[in-house]
Amino acid sequence: MRTMSFDETIEDVLAQTMADDPRIILFGEDVQLFQANLYTQFGGRRIRDTPISEGAFLGAAITAAMAGMRPVVEVSLVDFLGVAMDALLNQASKLETFSGGKWKAPFVLRTTCGGGLGGGGQHQQSLWGWLSHIPGLTVVVPSTPADAGGLLFSALQHDGPVIYMTHKLFTDFWVENLGYLGRKTVDFDLPLAGMRGTVPEKWEPIPFGQAAIKRSGVDLTIISVGVGVHRTLEAAVMLEEEGIDTCVIDLRTVSPMDTAAICEAVSSTGRLLVVDEDYQGFGLSGELAAIILEAGINANYGRVCTEKTIPYSRELEAQTLPNKERIVEGAIELMDRS
Amino acid sequence: MEPDLWYLYRHMFRSRLFEQVVQVFWEQGLISFDMHMGYGEEAIAAGIVCQMVDGDAMALDHRGTPPLLMRGIEPTLILRELMGRPDGLCGGLGGHMHLYSREHLCASSGIVGSSGPAGAGFALAAQYLRPGTLAIAFFGEGAINQGMLLESMNLAVAWQLPLLFVCKDDKWSISTRSASVTGGELVERARGFGLHTVEVDGADVEAVWHSAGEAMKRTRDGGGPTFLHAHCVHLEGHHLGFFLFRVGRDQIKEMIPLLGPLLRSATRRKGGSSRERIRSLTDIATRPRDAVKEQTQKEKDPLYRTRQKLISDRDRLEALEAEINVEIQDVMEVALED
Repeated sequence: MRTMSFDETIEDVLAQTMADDPRIILFGEDVQLFQANLYTQFGGRRIRDTPISEGAFLGAAITAAMAGMRPVVEVSLVDFLGVAMDALLNQASKLETFSGGKWKAPFVLRTTCGGGLGGGGQHQQSLWGWLSHIPGLTVVVPSTPADAGGLLFSALQHDGPVIYMTHKLFTDFWVENLGYLGRKTVDFDLPLAGMRGTVPEKWEPIPFGQAAIKRSGVDLTIISVGVGVHRTLEAAVMLEEEGIDTCVIDLRTVSPMDTAAICEAVSSTGRLLVVDEDYQGFGLSGELAAIILEAGINANYGRVCTEKTIPYSRELEAQTLPNKERIVEGAIELMDRS
Repeated sequence: MEPDLWYLYRHMFRSRLFEQVVQVFWEQGLISFDMHMGYGEEAIAAGIVCQMVDGDAMALDHRGTPPLLMRGIEPTLILRELMGRPDGLCGGLGGHMHLYSREHLCASSGIVGSSGPAGAGFALAAQYLRPGTLAIAFFGEGAINQGMLLESMNLAVAWQLPLLFVCKDDKWSISTRSASVTGGELVERARGFGLHTVEVDGADVEAVWHSAGEAMKRTRDGGGPTFLHAHCVHLEGHHLGFFLFRVGRDQIKEMIPLLGPLLRSATRRKGGSSRERIRSLTDIATRPRDAVKEQTQKEKDPLYRTRQKLISDRDRLEALEAEINVEIQDVMEVALED
């Protein structure tokens, strides 16, 4: 086993797969300097800076993939996908169906998501639920370096479009370049256990749609993804002191979802709390409730999500994004119901 | 008509001093995220905003402080907003990239290029509801390849909207040289849409005042939209704590931790040719140095340039600066009050 940071993991997998597969090229805004090591190794033909034209370069990735390449496209923040949604909503997601199953576009869209750096409501959204709503897209949200590597390895072998989302708080690069920015006068609640960790000596693909049981428990199941997993694990320690034994599940991929693992875990505890940094309405948390209902599982249900536009104020931001206090409160409330 | 240079300098100096307070607060950690400064844009803002009248509207990018101050918005409200205070301009909910003033018809956005459509809508309302008024859309040259901005240019011409497109061109799209990702000449491109065009030295406030004044008069009289291409610098780079500037200003300290990984990448077995690798390394080494060198030239600083024109009346100049100093000191103290 080796120890790596989240950023190093992604770079390591990209470097290895790009060395083995010349069809992979990487492009996006500022990638030559943001990915300076890959730019050094592979040069400007394979690591390309783009204009700020997400609609054009994301759309181009799809047909480049259809014509034999394996593009990795980087859009700095998921919020910026708003200007390029046609590529995902009407093109990439539809291709396989429209071609009668004969044509697929194997590309990876890498982007960052999530909040906690005081960046307000236009640079810190999660949006994995919004993206997963569209049939035909795979949406991956790793929460540890090992998962980040294994899932990226799978994404680069997958035969269709994959949206690979990295929470900003996991990466030293974004925490530094949007948070600290050379200052020592600001503090962030960083999910340290997700920023650095052991990874396999040799990368193996982690299949999509396979959740990870992070902690077993008999009283309550909490399902989360991304930084929420780490907030939940911290909350689980506090809940233990209250005598509540919590099972924690990390979905790892939002679409496809590991329905079997979800149903099994919720059946055994009879209680489900969803911790989702994405918006509460019409999203992942509601989808999980639907899965449980459809499976005929009788369970008490609650959720701790982002309920509104993320405020700029650091104090209000901390209250708006799911935090461990809100998770503990939600769990106790759920326990008290039955 | 000739501009009142003293009046314009007053606004520019006030903006500069105010932003210096913003910088101190940001360094102290009182302001979060990547704070984008208007340092270097003051002549463009003053030359245009000082000619706006009641009912005119502004669509701003993520660098809105100078135009808002010059439009007459209370500086304490802006500063408190940047601090995320509930008594800020937008209740601390928007933050520095999302400053709004309904009574002044000013709206900002952190999405590159979005001031194009925003400006078009403001201009439509001006044409329809308040004939004789107009809208200004501010953006950088990095936005010039964003589809929605180009679409707005066409819309503005097709509908003959009273809109002034102001492109503040510092030649850098974050860490990417804009020329490397942009085809053709911007003024020619704008002309292709049927826009009136004018190119101006954005550090020369009198030149900006004259060209903007003509364009604004023309559009108020129903003569249609104009594209104003103003060249400028950003004295602190893309934002405070900008990594390209940190490296460019202190290459030895900032480059040392990057060197190991870069050299390892340069010598990895598979990848680009040695020529490509050398080209990448050279590019990585020169971009920070060039960015700092180009952006911090004294003669490109609009404050310096304007002050030189007024320095012959030193007493008046110093009295003016002292007066504004007192005002901004007071703003700073009031902003910090509970």
